[in-house]
Amino acid sequence: MYNIDTTKESFKKVHKKKRNIRQGFFLSLIRMLGFSGAITLFVILLFVFYNGFQVLSWEFITQPPLEAMTRGGIFPVIMGTILLTSLCMLIVIPIGVVTAIFLAEYSKPGYMLKSVMMSIYTLAGVPSVVFGLFGLGVFVVMLNFGMSLLAGSITLAIMILPYIISTSEEALKAVPYSFREASLACGATKWQTIRKVVLPTAMPGILTGAILGTAKVSGETAPIMFTAAAFFTSGIPRSLFEPVMALPYHIYVLATAGTHIEETRPIQYGTAIVLITLVLGMNLLGIIIRLKQRKKRAW
Amino acid sequence: MVESKNIFEIKNFSIWYGNFQAVKDINLSIKSNRITAIIGPSGCGKSTLLRALNRMNDLIISSRATGQMLFHDVDIYDKDTDVIELRRRVGMVFQKPNPFPSSVYENVAYGPKLRGIKKKSILDGIVEQALIKADLWKEVKDKLNDSGLSLSGGQMQRLCIARSLAQEPEVILFDEPTSALDPISTAHIENLLQELQKTVTIVIVTHNMQQAARISHYTAFMYIGELIEFGDTNTIFVNPVNKLTEEYITGRFG
Repeated sequence: MYNIDTTKESFKKVHKKKRNIRQGFFLSLIRMLGFSGAITLFVILLFVFYNGFQVLSWEFITQPPLEAMTRGGIFPVIMGTILLTSLCMLIVIPIGVVTAIFLAEYSKPGYMLKSVMMSIYTLAGVPSVVFGLFGLGVFVVMLNFGMSLLAGSITLAIMILPYIISTSEEALKAVPYSFREASLACGATKWQTIRKVVLPTAMPGILTGAILGTAKVSGETAPIMFTAAAFFTSGIPRSLFEPVMALPYHIYVLATAGTHIEETRPIQYGTAIVLITLVLGMNLLGIIIRLKQRKKRAW
Repeated sequence: MVESKNIFEIKNFSIWYGNFQAVKDINLSIKSNRITAIIGPSGCGKSTLLRALNRMNDLIISSRATGQMLFHDVDIYDKDTDVIELRRRVGMVFQKPNPFPSSVYENVAYGPKLRGIKKKSILDGIVEQALIKADLWKEVKDKLNDSGLSLSGGQMQRLCIARSLAQEPEVILFDEPTSALDPISTAHIENLLQELQKTVTIVIVTHNMQQAARISHYTAFMYIGELIEFGDTNTIFVNPVNKLTEEYITGRFG
Protein backbone atom coordinates (compact mmCIF):
# COMPACT_ATOMS: atom_id res chain seq x y z
CA MET A 1 0.00 0.00 0.00
CA TYR A 2 1.13 3.49 -0.71
CA ASN A 3 1.11 5.97 2.08
CA ILE A 4 -0.81 8.77 0.54
CA ASP A 5 0.01 11.91 2.38
CA THR A 6 -3.13 13.93 2.57
CA THR A 7 -1.91 16.46 5.06
CA LYS A 8 -1.12 19.99 4.05
CA GLU A 9 2.56 19.15 4.61
CA SER A 10 2.73 17.43 1.25
CA PHE A 11 2.22 20.71 -0.54
CA LYS A 12 5.25 22.25 1.09
CA LYS A 13 7.91 23.39 -1.25
CA VAL A 14 10.60 20.85 -0.37
CA HIS A 15 9.80 18.49 -3.25
CA LYS A 16 8.98 21.26 -5.61
CA LYS A 17 12.31 22.95 -5.15
CA LYS A 18 14.26 19.78 -5.88
CA ARG A 19 12.19 19.19 -8.95
CA ASN A 20 12.63 22.69 -10.17
CA ILE A 21 16.41 22.48 -9.98
CA ARG A 22 16.46 19.30 -12.06
CA GLN A 23 13.93 20.74 -14.49
CA GLY A 24 15.95 23.90 -14.83
CA PHE A 25 19.20 22.06 -15.40
CA PHE A 26 17.89 19.86 -18.20
CA LEU A 27 15.96 22.68 -19.74
CA SER A 28 19.02 24.87 -20.06
CA LEU A 29 21.06 21.92 -21.37
CA ILE A 30 18.47 21.28 -24.07
CA ARG A 31 18.34 24.95 -24.89
CA MET A 32 22.10 25.12 -25.30
CA LEU A 33 22.22 22.08 -27.54
CA GLY A 34 19.27 23.38 -29.48
CA PHE A 35 21.06 26.58 -30.23
CA SER A 36 24.34 24.88 -31.18
CA GLY A 37 23.25 24.64 -34.80
CA ALA A 38 22.46 28.33 -35.01
CA ILE A 39 25.67 29.23 -33.21
CA THR A 40 27.79 27.14 -35.57
CA LEU A 41 26.19 28.78 -38.59
CA PHE A 42 26.74 32.18 -37.07
CA VAL A 43 30.42 31.48 -36.34
CA ILE A 44 31.02 30.20 -39.88
CA LEU A 45 29.35 33.21 -41.44
CA LEU A 46 31.25 35.57 -39.20
CA PHE A 47 34.56 33.87 -39.96
CA VAL A 48 34.03 33.88 -43.72
CA PHE A 49 32.77 37.46 -43.82
CA TYR A 50 35.59 38.70 -41.62
CA ASN A 51 38.17 37.19 -43.93
CA GLY A 52 36.55 38.05 -47.23
CA PHE A 53 34.51 41.23 -46.97
CA GLN A 54 37.45 43.41 -48.08
CA VAL A 55 37.32 42.09 -51.64
CA LEU A 56 33.58 42.51 -52.02
CA SER A 57 32.71 45.15 -54.55
CA TRP A 58 30.63 45.59 -57.66
CA GLU A 59 33.71 44.80 -59.76
CA PHE A 60 34.24 41.57 -57.83
CA ILE A 61 30.99 40.09 -59.11
CA THR A 62 31.03 41.66 -62.59
CA GLN A 63 34.67 41.37 -63.73
CA PRO A 64 36.75 38.38 -64.80
CA PRO A 65 39.82 37.44 -62.75
CA LEU A 66 43.07 39.24 -63.57
CA GLU A 67 46.79 38.61 -63.08
CA ALA A 68 46.69 34.92 -62.26
CA MET A 69 43.59 35.34 -60.10
CA THR A 70 45.27 37.69 -57.67
CA ARG A 71 43.10 40.59 -58.78
CA GLY A 72 39.84 41.25 -60.59
CA GLY A 73 36.50 39.56 -60.02
CA ILE A 74 34.82 36.23 -60.33
CA PHE A 75 32.09 36.95 -62.86
CA PRO A 76 32.70 33.87 -65.08
CA VAL A 77 32.84 31.74 -61.94
CA ILE A 78 29.40 32.91 -60.81
CA MET A 79 28.01 32.46 -64.31
CA GLY A 80 29.52 28.98 -64.50
CA THR A 81 27.76 27.90 -61.32
CA ILE A 82 24.48 29.43 -62.45
CA LEU A 83 24.74 27.69 -65.84
CA LEU A 84 25.69 24.34 -64.30
CA THR A 85 22.87 24.36 -61.77
CA SER A 86 20.22 25.65 -64.19
CA LEU A 87 21.05 23.05 -66.80
CA CYS A 88 21.18 20.38 -64.11
CA MET A 89 17.70 21.35 -62.87
CA LEU A 90 16.37 21.45 -66.42
CA ILE A 91 17.50 17.84 -66.79
CA VAL A 92 16.57 16.51 -63.37
CA ILE A 93 13.18 18.10 -62.65
CA PRO A 94 11.23 16.41 -65.47
CA ILE A 95 12.81 13.03 -64.76
CA GLY A 96 12.40 13.38 -60.99
CA VAL A 97 8.79 14.54 -61.13
CA VAL A 98 7.77 11.84 -63.60
CA THR A 99 9.43 9.20 -61.42
CA ALA A 100 7.65 10.61 -58.37
CA ILE A 101 4.31 10.49 -60.21
CA PHE A 102 4.97 6.87 -61.08
CA LEU A 103 5.88 6.01 -57.48
CA ALA A 104 3.12 7.98 -55.79
CA GLU A 105 0.24 7.39 -58.20
CA TYR A 106 0.78 4.37 -60.40
CA SER A 107 3.06 1.84 -58.75
CA LYS A 108 1.45 -1.01 -56.89
CA PRO A 109 3.01 -2.33 -53.71
CA GLY A 110 5.25 -5.27 -54.47
CA TYR A 111 8.65 -6.40 -55.57
CA MET A 112 8.98 -3.82 -58.34
CA LEU A 113 8.22 -0.84 -56.13
CA LYS A 114 10.50 -2.12 -53.40
CA SER A 115 13.46 -2.49 -55.71
CA VAL A 116 12.92 0.95 -57.27
CA MET A 117 12.70 2.52 -53.80
CA MET A 118 15.81 0.64 -52.65
CA SER A 119 17.74 1.89 -55.67
CA ILE A 120 16.72 5.47 -54.97
CA TYR A 121 17.74 5.24 -51.31
CA THR A 122 21.05 3.67 -52.27
CA LEU A 123 21.68 6.29 -54.94
CA ALA A 124 21.09 8.97 -52.30
CA GLY A 125 23.77 7.38 -50.13
CA VAL A 126 26.50 7.23 -52.77
CA PRO A 127 29.36 9.67 -51.99
CA SER A 128 29.46 12.61 -54.37
CA VAL A 129 33.02 11.90 -55.52
CA VAL A 130 31.80 8.57 -56.89
CA PHE A 131 29.33 10.46 -59.06
CA GLY A 132 32.27 12.56 -60.22
CA LEU A 133 34.23 9.48 -61.25
CA PHE A 134 31.18 7.99 -62.93
CA GLY A 135 30.63 11.22 -64.86
CA LEU A 136 34.27 11.24 -65.90
CA GLY A 137 34.12 7.66 -67.12
CA VAL A 138 30.79 7.83 -68.89
CA PHE A 139 30.13 11.36 -70.08
CA VAL A 140 33.59 12.85 -70.41
CA VAL A 141 35.41 9.84 -71.83
CA MET A 142 32.98 7.25 -73.15
CA LEU A 143 30.43 9.64 -74.68
CA ASN A 144 33.25 12.03 -75.49
CA PHE A 145 31.58 15.19 -74.12
CA GLY A 146 34.95 16.22 -72.72
CA MET A 147 35.27 18.29 -69.57
CA SER A 148 32.18 20.32 -70.25
CA LEU A 149 29.14 22.14 -69.01
CA LEU A 150 27.00 19.29 -70.34
CA ALA A 151 28.94 16.47 -68.66
CA GLY A 152 28.97 18.37 -65.35
CA SER A 153 25.27 19.16 -65.45
CA ILE A 154 24.28 15.58 -66.16
CA THR A 155 26.55 14.33 -63.39
CA LEU A 156 25.03 16.81 -60.93
CA ALA A 157 21.55 15.83 -62.14
CA ILE A 158 22.19 12.18 -61.39
CA MET A 159 23.51 13.07 -57.97
CA ILE A 160 20.49 15.18 -57.00
CA LEU A 161 17.92 12.89 -58.65
CA PRO A 162 17.02 10.90 -55.51
CA TYR A 163 16.45 14.12 -53.59
CA ILE A 164 14.15 15.56 -56.26
CA ILE A 165 12.26 12.27 -56.49
CA SER A 166 11.67 12.01 -52.78
CA THR A 167 10.65 15.66 -52.26
CA SER A 168 8.29 15.50 -55.25
CA GLU A 169 6.86 12.20 -54.06
CA GLU A 170 6.20 13.65 -50.62
CA ALA A 171 4.51 16.67 -52.17
CA LEU A 172 2.27 14.39 -54.26
CA LYS A 173 1.43 12.18 -51.31
CA ALA A 174 0.50 15.24 -49.25
CA VAL A 175 -2.36 15.95 -51.66
CA PRO A 176 -5.48 14.70 -49.85
CA TYR A 177 -7.03 11.54 -51.17
CA SER A 178 -10.41 13.30 -51.12
CA PHE A 179 -9.29 15.54 -54.02
CA ARG A 180 -8.55 12.51 -56.14
CA GLU A 181 -11.89 10.95 -55.20
CA ALA A 182 -13.76 14.14 -56.05
CA SER A 183 -12.07 14.34 -59.43
CA LEU A 184 -12.70 10.71 -60.32
CA ALA A 185 -16.33 11.05 -59.24
CA CYS A 186 -16.61 13.91 -61.75
CA GLY A 187 -15.76 11.42 -64.46
CA ALA A 188 -12.09 12.30 -64.79
CA THR A 189 -9.57 9.69 -65.84
CA LYS A 190 -6.65 8.97 -63.58
CA TRP A 191 -4.29 10.98 -65.76
CA GLN A 192 -6.70 13.94 -65.92
CA THR A 193 -6.93 13.79 -62.14
CA ILE A 194 -3.17 13.85 -61.78
CA ARG A 195 -2.66 16.62 -64.34
CA LYS A 196 -5.50 18.93 -63.32
CA VAL A 197 -5.84 18.38 -59.59
CA VAL A 198 -2.93 16.52 -58.02
CA LEU A 199 0.01 18.19 -59.79
CA PRO A 200 -1.20 21.80 -59.39
CA THR A 201 -1.90 21.15 -55.70
CA ALA A 202 1.51 19.58 -55.18
CA MET A 203 3.35 22.20 -57.25
CA PRO A 204 4.50 24.49 -54.41
CA GLY A 205 5.92 21.46 -52.61
CA ILE A 206 7.67 20.22 -55.73
CA LEU A 207 9.06 23.71 -56.35
CA THR A 208 10.37 24.01 -52.82
CA GLY A 209 12.18 20.71 -53.24
CA ALA A 210 13.63 21.83 -56.56
CA ILE A 211 14.91 25.11 -55.11
CA LEU A 212 16.50 23.44 -52.10
CA GLY A 213 17.98 20.89 -54.52
CA THR A 214 19.42 23.72 -56.62
CA ALA A 215 20.99 25.20 -53.50
CA LYS A 216 22.52 21.84 -52.68
CA VAL A 217 23.85 21.31 -56.20
CA SER A 218 25.40 24.76 -56.49
CA GLY A 219 27.79 24.00 -53.64
CA GLU A 220 28.97 20.59 -54.83
CA THR A 221 32.64 20.28 -55.75
CA ALA A 222 33.43 16.62 -56.20
CA PRO A 223 30.97 15.78 -59.02
CA ILE A 224 32.20 18.66 -61.19
CA MET A 225 35.92 18.57 -60.56
CA PHE A 226 36.47 15.73 -63.05
CA THR A 227 33.60 16.52 -65.36
CA ALA A 228 33.16 20.24 -65.93
CA ALA A 229 35.23 22.59 -63.85
CA ALA A 230 38.21 24.44 -65.22
CA PHE A 231 40.81 26.40 -63.33
CA PHE A 232 40.49 29.23 -65.78
CA THR A 233 38.37 30.02 -68.80
CA SER A 234 38.53 33.27 -70.66
CA GLY A 235 34.81 33.99 -70.29
CA ILE A 236 31.47 32.30 -70.07
CA PRO A 237 31.19 29.16 -72.20
CA ARG A 238 29.79 29.55 -75.69
CA SER A 239 28.61 25.96 -76.03
CA LEU A 240 27.55 23.00 -73.90
CA PHE A 241 30.84 21.29 -74.69
CA GLU A 242 33.11 23.87 -73.11
CA PRO A 243 34.41 23.62 -69.56
CA VAL A 244 33.25 26.19 -67.02
CA MET A 245 34.53 27.76 -63.85
CA ALA A 246 32.39 27.19 -60.76
CA LEU A 247 32.28 28.71 -57.31
CA PRO A 248 33.05 25.69 -55.12
CA TYR A 249 35.81 24.46 -57.42
CA HIS A 250 37.26 27.96 -57.65
CA ILE A 251 37.59 28.11 -53.86
CA TYR A 252 39.16 24.67 -53.82
CA VAL A 253 41.69 25.47 -56.52
CA LEU A 254 42.70 28.85 -55.17
CA ALA A 255 43.13 27.41 -51.69
CA THR A 256 45.14 24.34 -52.66
CA ALA A 257 46.62 24.40 -56.11
CA GLY A 258 47.21 27.97 -57.19
CA THR A 259 50.56 29.62 -57.34
CA HIS A 260 49.50 32.46 -55.10
CA ILE A 261 47.69 30.66 -52.32
CA GLU A 262 48.44 33.22 -49.64
CA GLU A 263 47.79 36.32 -51.77
CA THR A 264 44.44 35.04 -52.91
CA ARG A 265 43.10 34.26 -49.41
CA PRO A 266 40.70 37.21 -49.39
CA ILE A 267 39.47 36.25 -52.86
CA GLN A 268 38.90 32.69 -51.65
CA TYR A 269 36.79 33.95 -48.79
CA GLY A 270 35.06 36.48 -51.02
CA THR A 271 34.11 33.68 -53.38
CA ALA A 272 32.83 31.70 -50.41
CA ILE A 273 30.68 34.67 -49.38
CA VAL A 274 29.14 34.77 -52.85
CA LEU A 275 28.48 31.03 -52.77
CA ILE A 276 26.97 31.15 -49.28
CA THR A 277 24.78 34.11 -50.23
CA LEU A 278 23.57 32.24 -53.30
CA VAL A 279 22.74 29.11 -51.28
CA LEU A 280 21.13 30.96 -48.37
CA GLY A 281 19.13 33.10 -50.80
CA MET A 282 17.75 30.02 -52.50
CA ASN A 283 16.97 28.37 -49.18
CA LEU A 284 15.15 31.53 -48.12
CA LEU A 285 13.12 31.45 -51.33
CA GLY A 286 12.22 27.82 -50.62
CA ILE A 287 11.14 28.69 -47.09
CA ILE A 288 9.03 31.62 -48.29
CA ILE A 289 7.21 29.45 -50.84
CA ARG A 290 6.59 26.82 -48.19
CA LEU A 291 5.23 29.36 -45.70
CA LYS A 292 2.98 30.94 -48.29
CA GLN A 293 1.63 27.57 -49.24
CA ARG A 294 1.01 26.62 -45.61
CA LYS A 295 -0.95 29.81 -45.06
CA LYS A 296 -3.08 29.19 -48.12
CA ARG A 297 -3.72 25.56 -47.31
CA ALA A 298 -7.06 24.94 -45.73
CA TRP A 299 -7.64 21.23 -46.14
CA MET B 1 -46.80 9.19 -56.07
CA VAL B 2 -46.54 8.43 -59.77
CA GLU B 3 -45.04 5.07 -60.65
CA SER B 4 -41.36 5.30 -61.36
CA LYS B 5 -39.07 2.93 -63.16
CA ASN B 6 -36.01 1.24 -61.74
CA ILE B 7 -32.81 3.01 -62.65
CA PHE B 8 -30.60 0.55 -60.75
CA GLU B 9 -31.29 -3.15 -60.31
CA ILE B 10 -28.97 -4.90 -57.91
CA LYS B 11 -29.07 -8.68 -58.14
CA ASN B 12 -27.27 -11.12 -55.86
CA PHE B 13 -24.56 -8.53 -55.51
CA SER B 14 -21.56 -8.95 -53.23
CA ILE B 15 -18.37 -7.03 -52.64
CA TRP B 16 -15.21 -8.56 -51.27
CA TYR B 17 -12.12 -6.91 -49.84
CA GLY B 18 -9.64 -9.74 -50.11
CA ASN B 19 -11.32 -12.53 -48.17
CA PHE B 20 -13.68 -10.23 -46.31
CA GLN B 21 -17.20 -10.00 -47.67
CA ALA B 22 -18.31 -6.42 -47.02
CA VAL B 23 -21.58 -6.59 -48.92
CA LYS B 24 -23.47 -9.89 -48.92
CA ASP B 25 -25.69 -11.05 -51.73
CA ILE B 26 -27.89 -8.00 -52.02
CA ASN B 27 -31.04 -7.65 -54.08
CA LEU B 28 -32.40 -4.15 -54.38
CA SER B 29 -33.94 -1.78 -56.93
CA ILE B 30 -33.48 1.94 -56.95
CA LYS B 31 -36.30 3.98 -58.45
CA SER B 32 -35.53 6.86 -60.69
CA ASN B 33 -36.33 10.39 -59.49
CA ARG B 34 -36.76 9.27 -55.93
CA ILE B 35 -34.64 9.53 -52.81
CA THR B 36 -33.45 6.19 -51.52
CA ALA B 37 -31.78 6.14 -48.12
CA ILE B 38 -29.42 3.44 -46.93
CA ILE B 39 -29.18 3.23 -43.15
CA GLY B 40 -27.45 0.93 -40.72
CA PRO B 41 -24.82 0.89 -37.99
CA SER B 42 -21.14 1.71 -38.72
CA GLY B 43 -19.37 -0.93 -40.72
CA CYS B 44 -22.57 -2.46 -42.10
CA GLY B 45 -21.41 -2.00 -45.69
CA LYS B 46 -23.75 0.81 -46.63
CA SER B 47 -20.98 3.10 -47.92
CA THR B 48 -19.42 0.19 -49.75
CA LEU B 49 -22.72 -0.53 -51.48
CA LEU B 50 -23.14 3.16 -52.35
CA ARG B 51 -19.64 3.34 -53.82
CA ALA B 52 -20.38 0.25 -55.88
CA LEU B 53 -23.04 2.20 -57.77
CA ASN B 54 -20.45 4.28 -59.63
CA ARG B 55 -17.58 1.87 -59.18
CA MET B 56 -15.60 4.06 -56.81
CA ASN B 57 -14.68 0.83 -55.06
CA ASP B 58 -12.42 0.05 -58.02
CA LEU B 59 -9.90 2.36 -56.39
CA ILE B 60 -9.35 -0.15 -53.62
CA ILE B 61 -6.97 -2.64 -55.14
CA SER B 62 -8.12 -5.74 -53.27
CA SER B 63 -11.83 -5.21 -53.91
CA ARG B 64 -13.92 -7.30 -56.27
CA ALA B 65 -17.60 -7.60 -57.00
CA THR B 66 -19.82 -10.57 -57.84
CA GLY B 67 -23.40 -10.66 -58.97
CA GLN B 68 -25.13 -8.09 -61.11
CA MET B 69 -25.43 -4.35 -60.85
CA LEU B 70 -27.70 -3.14 -63.61
CA PHE B 71 -27.86 0.54 -64.51
CA HIS B 72 -30.53 1.05 -67.17
CA ASP B 73 -30.44 -2.73 -67.63
CA VAL B 74 -26.72 -2.75 -68.40
CA ASP B 75 -24.36 -4.49 -66.00
CA ILE B 76 -21.87 -1.82 -64.95
CA TYR B 77 -19.41 -4.45 -63.77
CA ASP B 78 -19.21 -5.81 -67.29
CA LYS B 79 -15.74 -5.81 -68.83
CA ASP B 80 -16.55 -3.24 -71.50
CA THR B 81 -18.31 -0.73 -69.28
CA ASP B 82 -16.93 2.76 -69.70
CA VAL B 83 -16.29 3.60 -66.04
CA ILE B 84 -15.53 7.23 -66.84
CA GLU B 85 -18.89 7.71 -68.57
CA LEU B 86 -20.60 5.82 -65.73
CA ARG B 87 -19.15 8.23 -63.19
CA ARG B 88 -20.26 11.19 -65.27
CA ARG B 89 -23.82 9.87 -65.23
CA VAL B 90 -23.65 8.77 -61.59
CA GLY B 91 -22.06 11.59 -59.59
CA MET B 92 -21.02 11.56 -55.97
CA VAL B 93 -20.94 13.91 -52.99
CA PHE B 94 -18.79 12.92 -50.06
CA GLN B 95 -18.95 13.04 -46.29
CA LYS B 96 -16.37 15.75 -45.87
CA PRO B 97 -16.86 18.68 -48.25
CA ASN B 98 -13.97 18.37 -50.70
CA PRO B 99 -13.84 21.29 -53.14
CA PHE B 100 -10.63 21.53 -55.15
CA PRO B 101 -8.17 24.20 -54.01
CA SER B 102 -9.20 26.42 -56.91
CA SER B 103 -11.85 29.07 -57.49
CA VAL B 104 -15.58 28.52 -57.06
CA TYR B 105 -15.95 28.86 -60.83
CA GLU B 106 -13.18 26.37 -61.63
CA ASN B 107 -14.67 23.87 -59.20
CA VAL B 108 -18.02 23.85 -60.97
CA ALA B 109 -16.52 24.06 -64.47
CA TYR B 110 -14.27 21.07 -63.77
CA GLY B 111 -16.60 18.36 -65.07
CA PRO B 112 -17.74 20.21 -68.23
CA LYS B 113 -14.13 21.11 -69.06
CA LEU B 114 -13.15 17.46 -68.80
CA ARG B 115 -15.68 16.78 -71.49
CA GLY B 116 -14.00 19.29 -73.74
CA ILE B 117 -16.33 22.27 -73.34
CA LYS B 118 -14.00 25.22 -73.81
CA LYS B 119 -16.20 28.12 -74.81
CA LYS B 120 -16.40 30.64 -72.00
CA SER B 121 -20.01 31.62 -72.69
CA ILE B 122 -21.21 28.01 -72.53
CA LEU B 123 -19.19 27.29 -69.39
CA ASP B 124 -20.52 30.46 -67.75
CA GLY B 125 -24.06 29.26 -68.37
CA ILE B 126 -23.41 25.77 -67.00
CA VAL B 127 -21.69 27.15 -63.90
CA GLU B 128 -24.50 29.58 -63.19
CA GLN B 129 -27.22 26.96 -63.70
CA ALA B 130 -25.45 24.41 -61.48
CA LEU B 131 -24.92 26.99 -58.73
CA ILE B 132 -28.56 28.08 -58.93
CA LYS B 133 -29.73 24.46 -58.70
CA ALA B 134 -27.47 23.92 -55.71
CA ASP B 135 -28.96 27.03 -54.10
CA LEU B 136 -25.56 28.67 -53.83
CA TRP B 137 -25.67 31.23 -56.64
CA LYS B 138 -26.97 34.12 -54.55
CA GLU B 139 -24.20 33.66 -52.01
CA VAL B 140 -21.28 33.31 -54.41
CA LYS B 141 -22.22 35.17 -57.59
CA ASP B 142 -19.93 38.05 -56.64
CA LYS B 143 -17.03 35.88 -55.62
CA LEU B 144 -16.79 33.25 -58.31
CA ASN B 145 -13.03 33.78 -58.40
CA ASP B 146 -12.54 33.26 -54.68
CA SER B 147 -11.10 29.97 -53.54
CA GLY B 148 -13.67 27.24 -53.00
CA LEU B 149 -11.93 26.55 -49.71
CA SER B 150 -12.78 30.02 -48.42
CA LEU B 151 -16.49 29.15 -48.15
CA SER B 152 -18.23 27.90 -45.00
CA GLY B 153 -18.72 24.16 -44.47
CA GLY B 154 -22.32 24.17 -45.66
CA GLN B 155 -21.47 26.32 -48.67
CA MET B 156 -18.57 24.03 -49.56
CA GLN B 157 -20.86 21.04 -49.51
CA ARG B 158 -23.35 22.84 -51.78
CA LEU B 159 -20.41 23.76 -54.02
CA CYS B 160 -19.62 20.05 -54.25
CA ILE B 161 -23.25 19.40 -55.14
CA ALA B 162 -23.04 22.10 -57.83
CA ARG B 163 -19.83 20.53 -59.14
CA SER B 164 -21.63 17.24 -59.43
CA LEU B 165 -24.71 18.82 -61.04
CA ALA B 166 -22.55 20.52 -63.68
CA GLN B 167 -21.79 17.14 -65.23
CA GLU B 168 -25.54 16.63 -65.75
CA PRO B 169 -25.76 13.33 -63.92
CA GLU B 170 -28.82 11.11 -63.78
CA VAL B 171 -27.99 9.93 -60.29
CA ILE B 172 -26.12 11.57 -57.42
CA LEU B 173 -24.80 9.42 -54.61
CA PHE B 174 -24.53 11.12 -51.23
CA ASP B 175 -22.21 9.54 -48.67
CA GLU B 176 -23.31 11.00 -45.33
CA PRO B 177 -23.31 14.49 -46.83
CA THR B 178 -24.34 16.34 -43.69
CA SER B 179 -22.46 14.50 -40.97
CA ALA B 180 -19.76 17.19 -40.90
CA LEU B 181 -22.24 20.09 -40.91
CA ASP B 182 -24.19 22.12 -38.36
CA PRO B 183 -27.99 21.70 -38.05
CA ILE B 184 -28.83 24.80 -40.10
CA SER B 185 -26.59 23.80 -43.01
CA THR B 186 -27.98 20.29 -42.70
CA ALA B 187 -31.56 21.52 -43.02
CA HIS B 188 -30.52 23.63 -45.99
CA ILE B 189 -29.06 20.61 -47.76
CA GLU B 190 -32.03 18.40 -46.90
CA ASN B 191 -34.36 20.94 -48.51
CA LEU B 192 -32.06 21.10 -51.47
CA LEU B 193 -32.14 17.31 -51.91
CA GLN B 194 -35.92 17.34 -52.00
CA GLU B 195 -35.78 19.99 -54.69
CA LEU B 196 -33.17 18.10 -56.71
CA GLN B 197 -35.08 14.84 -56.52
CA LYS B 198 -37.45 16.21 -59.18
CA THR B 199 -34.72 15.98 -61.81
CA VAL B 200 -32.09 13.62 -60.39
CA THR B 201 -32.23 10.24 -58.70
CA ILE B 202 -30.72 10.42 -55.24
CA VAL B 203 -29.20 7.66 -53.15
CA ILE B 204 -28.09 8.76 -49.72
CA VAL B 205 -26.19 6.93 -47.01
CA THR B 206 -26.90 8.41 -43.63
CA HIS B 207 -26.25 7.77 -39.98
CA ASN B 208 -29.06 10.04 -39.06
CA MET B 209 -32.35 8.09 -38.99
CA GLN B 210 -34.45 11.23 -38.66
CA GLN B 211 -32.83 12.45 -41.83
CA ALA B 212 -33.73 9.26 -43.66
CA ALA B 213 -37.29 9.48 -42.33
CA ARG B 214 -37.60 13.14 -43.27
CA ILE B 215 -36.35 13.13 -46.82
CA SER B 216 -36.39 9.68 -48.38
CA HIS B 217 -39.09 7.80 -50.24
CA TYR B 218 -37.46 4.43 -49.82
CA THR B 219 -35.22 3.14 -47.08
CA ALA B 220 -32.86 0.19 -47.05
CA PHE B 221 -31.63 -1.09 -43.71
CA MET B 222 -28.34 -2.94 -43.74
CA TYR B 223 -26.65 -4.92 -41.00
CA ILE B 224 -23.24 -6.64 -41.19
CA GLY B 225 -23.18 -6.55 -44.97
CA GLU B 226 -26.70 -7.85 -45.45
CA LEU B 227 -29.80 -6.07 -46.58
CA ILE B 228 -32.22 -6.70 -43.72
CA GLU B 229 -35.20 -4.76 -44.95
CA PHE B 230 -36.10 -2.53 -47.83
CA GLY B 231 -39.28 -0.67 -48.59
CA ASP B 232 -41.28 2.49 -48.37
CA THR B 233 -39.73 4.81 -45.83
CA ASN B 234 -43.09 5.11 -44.10
CA THR B 235 -43.47 1.38 -43.76
CA ILE B 236 -39.92 0.89 -42.55
CA PHE B 237 -40.21 3.53 -39.87
CA VAL B 238 -43.79 2.87 -38.77
CA ASN B 239 -44.26 -0.83 -39.37
CA PRO B 240 -40.93 -2.56 -39.78
CA VAL B 241 -41.28 -6.25 -40.52
CA ASN B 242 -37.93 -7.33 -39.20
CA LYS B 243 -37.12 -7.24 -35.52
CA LEU B 244 -33.57 -5.98 -36.14
CA THR B 245 -34.90 -3.04 -38.14
CA GLU B 246 -37.29 -2.15 -35.39
CA GLU B 247 -34.55 -2.31 -32.76
CA TYR B 248 -32.25 -0.14 -34.85
CA ILE B 249 -34.74 2.59 -35.70
CA THR B 250 -35.99 2.78 -32.15
CA GLY B 251 -32.40 3.29 -31.07
CA ARG B 252 -31.84 0.10 -29.12
CA PHE B 253 -28.51 -0.41 -30.85
CA GLY B 254 -26.44 1.38 -33.39
